[in-house]
Amino acid sequence: MTLHEISGILQCEVLNGEDQLFIDIQTVVASDGMSEILAFAKSDELMITGLTNIQSIRTADIAGVSAVLYCRGKRPDENVIEFAKRKNIPVLVTKMVMFDICGILYARGLKGVS
Amino acid sequence: MTELLRQCFAIQGRNFDKAGEISSEIKVILRDLGIEAAYTRRVVIVAFEAEMNVVMYAQSGTLTFIVTEDAINLIIDDVGPGIPDINLALQEGYSTASDEMREMGFGFGMGLPNMKKNSDEFRVESVVGKGTTVYATVRHHENA
Repeated sequence: MTLHEISGILQCEVLNGEDQLFIDIQTVVASDGMSEILAFAKSDELMITGLTNIQSIRTADIAGVSAVLYCRGKRPDENVIEFAKRKNIPVLVTKMVMFDICGILYARGLKGVS
Repeated sequence: MTELLRQCFAIQGRNFDKAGEISSEIKVILRDLGIEAAYTRRVVIVAFEAEMNVVMYAQSGTLTFIVTEDAINLIIDDVGPGIPDINLALQEGYSTASDEMREMGFGFGMGLPNMKKNSDEFRVESVVGKGTTVYATVRHHENA
């Protein structure tokens, strides 16, 4: 499923990476704990988190995920979006809660990492 | 073993804005050296978790990064409170983190276990009231 499709299904606002929505996503890692993301991500996942500080983008960069999706309508500060631009990481935000997002994406065939 | 590269970085305790910058820099260095992505990933996860631990718990620290022909070594040395029970600290889920640290997305008791998991050799030495030194060696794995 492309980021573009995910963005449509979850009614996302794209904060960075409009030009990268063609990226194909097969797996998802979802947590507010950054070490958990680092422990389970294997690279190229969609990372879903409610943590919007700069460490979320650092973690995304270190873990090598394909994109970051912020849930619960939480918007990162401008400096966080700027940092994501520098790291070339697409950033999306949706008002949906993490449980619903995961359920919707799972039902559409995306898998978690373990 | 011949050293190909050695670099030492200073880590500032409590500086959450800069936390992780060193690991990002190491990632770029390894990419420029042509090191394979999965190998790089394991090294930078160790570096990042170590850097976060120093920022969260210690007053200051250094991260020494050594590339040799057969491994990448990381030595993270801090001036800080030390770890009273290293075996306990290495258990997944054990944490002494504050709410502030958890709000940063860290401190869920996975940092040291993550570092160990991504290392081929891993050792922690600590003196309570003085500081902690972590030695990690990461080697290239085929089909990693």
